[in-house]
Amino acid sequence: MSYFSNIYNGIKTLLTGMSVTGKYFLTSRKGAITQQYPDNRDTLKMFERFRGEVVMPHDENNEHQCTGCQKCELACPNGSIEIIWDRGIDETTGKKKKFIDKHIYHLGLCTMCGLCIEACPTDAIVWAPNFENSTYDRTQLTKVLNRPDSKVKAGIED
Amino acid sequence: MNISLNITETIQEWLIGMMPEGAASIVAMVAVALIYLIIFAVAGLYLVLLERRVAAWFQLRIGPNRVGPLGLLQTMADALKLVSKELTGTIKADKFLYNLAPYFVIVSSLMALAVFPFTKEFQAFDINIGIFFLIAISSVGVIGILLGGWSSNNKFALIGAMRSGVQTISYELSVGLSLLTMVVITGSLQLSEIVEVQKQGWLILQGHVPAIIAFMVYMIAGTAETNRAPFDMVEAESELGAGFHTEYSGMKFAYFFLAEFINMFIIAAVATTVFFGAWLSPFGITESIPWLGAFWFLGKTLVLVFLMMWFRWTFPRLRVDQLLTLEWKYLLPINLVNLVIMAIIVWLNLTIKF
Amino acid sequence: METTVVKSNFKSEEYFINMGPQHPATHGVLRLLLTIDGEIIKRVEPDLGYIHRSIEKMCERDSYQQIVHLTDRMDYLSSHINNEAVCLTVENALQLEMPERVKVIRTILSELTRIASHTLWWGVMGMDVGALTTYFYGFRDRELINDIFEETCGARLTMNYNIPGGLMFDIHPNFVKRTKDFITHFKTKLPEYDTLLTGNVIFQKRTKGVGILTKEDAISFGASGPVGRASGYSCDVRKHHPYSAYDRVTFNEALKTEGDTFARYQVRIQEMWESISIIEQLIDNIPEGDVQVATNAVIKLPKGEYYQKVETARGELGVYVISTGTKNPYRVKFRSPGFSNLSLLNHIAVGGKIGDLVASMATLDLVIPDIDR
Repeated sequence: MSYFSNIYNGIKTLLTGMSVTGKYFLTSRKGAITQQYPDNRDTLKMFERFRGEVVMPHDENNEHQCTGCQKCELACPNGSIEIIWDRGIDETTGKKKKFIDKHIYHLGLCTMCGLCIEACPTDAIVWAPNFENSTYDRTQLTKVLNRPDSKVKAGIED
Repeated sequence: MNISLNITETIQEWLIGMMPEGAASIVAMVAVALIYLIIFAVAGLYLVLLERRVAAWFQLRIGPNRVGPLGLLQTMADALKLVSKELTGTIKADKFLYNLAPYFVIVSSLMALAVFPFTKEFQAFDINIGIFFLIAISSVGVIGILLGGWSSNNKFALIGAMRSGVQTISYELSVGLSLLTMVVITGSLQLSEIVEVQKQGWLILQGHVPAIIAFMVYMIAGTAETNRAPFDMVEAESELGAGFHTEYSGMKFAYFFLAEFINMFIIAAVATTVFFGAWLSPFGITESIPWLGAFWFLGKTLVLVFLMMWFRWTFPRLRVDQLLTLEWKYLLPINLVNLVIMAIIVWLNLTIKF
Repeated sequence: METTVVKSNFKSEEYFINMGPQHPATHGVLRLLLTIDGEIIKRVEPDLGYIHRSIEKMCERDSYQQIVHLTDRMDYLSSHINNEAVCLTVENALQLEMPERVKVIRTILSELTRIASHTLWWGVMGMDVGALTTYFYGFRDRELINDIFEETCGARLTMNYNIPGGLMFDIHPNFVKRTKDFITHFKTKLPEYDTLLTGNVIFQKRTKGVGILTKEDAISFGASGPVGRASGYSCDVRKHHPYSAYDRVTFNEALKTEGDTFARYQVRIQEMWESISIIEQLIDNIPEGDVQVATNAVIKLPKGEYYQKVETARGELGVYVISTGTKNPYRVKFRSPGFSNLSLLNHIAVGGKIGDLVASMATLDLVIPDIDR
């Protein structure tokens, strides 16, 4: 007798399984989970904390907040950040001061751990939600974050 | 005008006016073969597209929607890509058998298409042993799979091919016996006559309980026969990678691929012919318009094809020994008992006729 | 190129086959040398090292803050829990007491990670036994958890949200709402998992009585996590050695005694329900407070040896640190659950079919970077 109950139960479980997929077949047109990625570029909004790449924001006077303290360079586990710095005279106070020449960021080495941004005392570098970072040439992955002729914002001290 | 029973004669009669009779019959044969080849190569491609779409909808995806309007040209593009691809092979492969194998598979599946009565007239080859011919032809395909697996010089391919051999030999019994159950009612193997009988009601209604059991057994065995999930031992991708066609590329792979889908169509078409009255419309509503028969035939077939797709995208795969258990311990005994019951029902005239 | 030679003496009819390093069922670059007689497995010999990145050696180079992000790359499906393990080791060594808020948030995120890992495993399990659709249903639910992670931590997979001394930053304002939404959604979907796959007769035939591991063997092979618990070995670190906020929540340790593939499957499904219940107990009353304790910019552990174990989605992850008092550890050793669980594969797969091997391997839930590190 268990022979027939086996058959009955087997068919029953198979049909319940089919009812689940069948239900989704009928409703999937409006519930599709696919993201139509290149098509939805205009509407696609990344979360504000998304770690795409490290950028250095500049204000309208072409001024950034990096004092060249090199804490990010030390915090980085992969050596993705290199800071080329120099000493000069601060125009307002007349004292000697450290300033950055180039803040070099190797996107190709970066693992997006966020330790540099965590370490930065002046919030000079932040995450940008740009994830379309692919290039045809890996030298383009080495970026200089501070813009040409940019200066440190006045009053930023580490 | 005297409309002949099948399409070959129609074309032949038209050709006879232009050339001698012998030449006419040869030209007619070639013409029909070409028509069928083109129709079913394209139909096979669209079955692939259908499968991908149906799978996508089952899986909450969208499916191919890039090439052409609504993605309708996707499989055309894929076929074009496969045609233009390099034909690779393994070094120590048995080159002759390796190259031969895909043709076995594709030719056998295309040959089976010849006997289906798509409408009353649209039937290329109304042989009097139609069902027998179908069963015989469908078992030729497995030789191609065995050869392909054997000659590829790849162990995964070989395991796949051996599984296929085991599986097809077993499940052919069930396919044959479940169709035999229905032949008991019709009393004929000829497909056109089987359809004639069904003018008194589709066989699944005429034969009521045993016919429904036979249909279920046939669908299970038929799915196994085409090597589709949940019986896709042959190309169980999580176990054997791609199975018997691991080493095939380009057009030879495409032949295997196309044959799989045409086989699925064949299994569904046989079920349509034998159980659901082929081109007959329900309650004879469109009997006055004969060409609508093709619509009904394809409609019924596609519903059954969809059922097989539904199986595939829901069920896990059986293990190879459970596959044989299912056949020899469940399907075969049920089938034999069912055959006896059907015989008794026909003998006592308990079939339902309208 | 050097090739590995199978040293066993082949009996007639036996042959050997390379399953991997590129094979759909090994979920990564694991190479299994199978000795097969027809369909029956005679011997399974895992060959490791295809994705070895010497993470333990790299840890000796890095400061303690930098170690954390490397553990993301070990068992990438429970990266948050790996991070937590390292952070707990450092915090215990420094004898820092974490604020309640940190503990609760870490626990919630760990349980979300566990659900995410198990939903992925469920999808892949279905795929390994041939039901492809489960993969997409599993991923549908996992994506929602990944959205929660992305909103709060900024990354979907390699989060690196824990730092020694707390959390990198506070949770996102939407976190609680999103988590609650997910729990309500997932509670309706988890029963569907059962109707689609668990109850299915083919699935039960494929898994019941396959790959049986006894309790004694589970202990002697060092099995942990769902694999050990399915054999009746009570080994839940959260229960026996509670860390973070696990001492204040009530949950059951999912235990089965059969030890077969189906039991391992059921344990994981059960664990998802338990995780839901843990999150529900904590999500409504996350205490207010700081998310960081002030630490030195350069953390130096006192001289000594430190060990901390946590329960990842795969089992017990142990972090063993030897410090000589400098800013870098002298030696770091990770006791990864995947490595121990892989070691018993030969034991449970021998005598089965190829399909059985694939099904049992799916329930071991192997993540290859976790094994190779």
